Amino acid sequence: MRADASRLGFYLLLAPILLWLVVLIILPHIGLFVVSISEKVGPREYETGFANYAAFFTEPLYWRTFARTAIMSIAATALTLILGFPIAYYIAKLTRGRTKTTLFLMCMIPFWVSELVRTFGWMILLRETGVISNALQSLGLVSGPVELLYNDAAIMVGLVYTSILFMVVPLVTTLDSLDDSLIEAGYDLGASSTAVMREIVIPHAMPGIVSGCIVVFMLSLGNYLTPILLGGKDSLWFTGMIYTQFITRFNWELGSAFGFLLLALSSLVIFVGLKLSRQSLTDTMGRA
Amino acid sequence: MIPTVPQPAFAKWCYRAYVTAFFVYLALPLTVVCVFAFNNSVFPSLPWEGFTLAWFFGTEAPFVGVFNERSILRSIGTSAFVATWVAGLAVAVGTCNAFLFVRHDFRGKSLLYMLMLLPLIIPGVVLGISILVFSSSVANTLEDATGLWFDGLRPGLILVILGQFSFITTFATLVISARLEKFDPSLEEAALNLGASKWGAIRQITLPFLLPAIVASAVVAILMSFENFNTTLMLVGSDSPLTITMFDKLKQGSTPVLNAVSLLLILASATLGLLSLLFQGKKR
Repeated sequence: MRADASRLGFYLLLAPILLWLVVLIILPHIGLFVVSISEKVGPREYETGFANYAAFFTEPLYWRTFARTAIMSIAATALTLILGFPIAYYIAKLTRGRTKTTLFLMCMIPFWVSELVRTFGWMILLRETGVISNALQSLGLVSGPVELLYNDAAIMVGLVYTSILFMVVPLVTTLDSLDDSLIEAGYDLGASSTAVMREIVIPHAMPGIVSGCIVVFMLSLGNYLTPILLGGKDSLWFTGMIYTQFITRFNWELGSAFGFLLLALSSLVIFVGLKLSRQSLTDTMGRA
Repeated sequence: MIPTVPQPAFAKWCYRAYVTAFFVYLALPLTVVCVFAFNNSVFPSLPWEGFTLAWFFGTEAPFVGVFNERSILRSIGTSAFVATWVAGLAVAVGTCNAFLFVRHDFRGKSLLYMLMLLPLIIPGVVLGISILVFSSSVANTLEDATGLWFDGLRPGLILVILGQFSFITTFATLVISARLEKFDPSLEEAALNLGASKWGAIRQITLPFLLPAIVASAVVAILMSFENFNTTLMLVGSDSPLTITMFDKLKQGSTPVLNAVSLLLILASATLGLLSLLFQGKKR
């Protein structure tokens, strides 16, 4: 009787998660794949084939945009790591108590705010009539208004801004767990600051570095707002292309193929990242 | 470089300057958004034309404030509706998942756990289009078979809610599981010994213990739902949530009324975020 009741309870708990994962995650992605391998041969007539994927590889605009998105995302990830690491180190190792909490909170507040608002802020700063352009003019550094928006650098600034928290938080967590005495021991044994960093701090922080990089890369790759708003019409971001195929062109077959390629790339990068650092998805993401 | 190891003063100052510059970089965009909400000009840019509250309370064109701008008020309502549903569903399913993963051992548990984490690594746009494609094909099949209309499966609020729910649930599950793992099962056993029913013990002992995590994950779910863009963009129908409305206005080039909305959003989300941290911190 008791065993039956607990079995029933188990199945009642199992039902919602299965419903959620099967109906909203697994079946839709199978459906997406099926649509991506169907070709339109006539009105409401479809054949199975890989023409959509072939179109991606034969049309330079498509695969170049894809490669560009990937390369810019990798660059944004590297930049975020370089800029974020000193901050995380400062918060974790050089501050104590209340200062630490305050700095940490100051890092977090911008990220509770909608990405749209943050991007809007950058548009106000960077546009031709914007704050930075005016500041440069009044300082006499430039003679006329300068347009800082709508180029790759603006996209980069926006991407780094949007994702830096996801680098800083895991880094602070891992650096916090590094015992100061290990660093002292390194100095006692005569190591230089660079050697201490390379031999002690960075190896210890590796799990944080990996999970930060994975999340930042994914966020950049899948970003739509920042490239479209800060990069303008020619931003050529792959998510923008998916949107165009789906909503503007109504070519769902090609759009699905694009979506699947994006998913494949982000999964591949995550897989390689985890393998290289010998970590599992459960450990890396479960802590977030 | 730690406090106990002496460093040259110059290096220390450089480091501090960098950290300061970083926090300026963090604060700058939000500050200008807030400041220009009070600019007495129809463009959210320089020159500064003087202080005004028209972008909040103004009634005559072009100075129509947030509180009188019908389209923005309606989209805030839509967002609130979506966020309530998403938070409710995500917390309910998240609590069930927490009990399932913490209290039960079964075959395929680790596989299921990994599947549960997957929504975190699927780009939002892809999540959106996959649900769009799937629900449309289901709707087509059903309509062909029955001759009835299934508007709920076409782009619209139901799909937006399902799309946001599909990944926010993962966060709710993680937060609530973490709290449930710290629960001492002997408290529940004590209740059972004292004659409580199984469900009564969970309701009176375990759920109150989980409450901080449940509230925190509901707040996070509301925040994430309000600011979600990528998934929503693909699933939205004629009623658009706040972020979509703001995006459309932003593309057309808009008045500082957007700054005013943003200022309110910043205040609301900072308050909610701090509350969720306080709530979690106090009970820990």
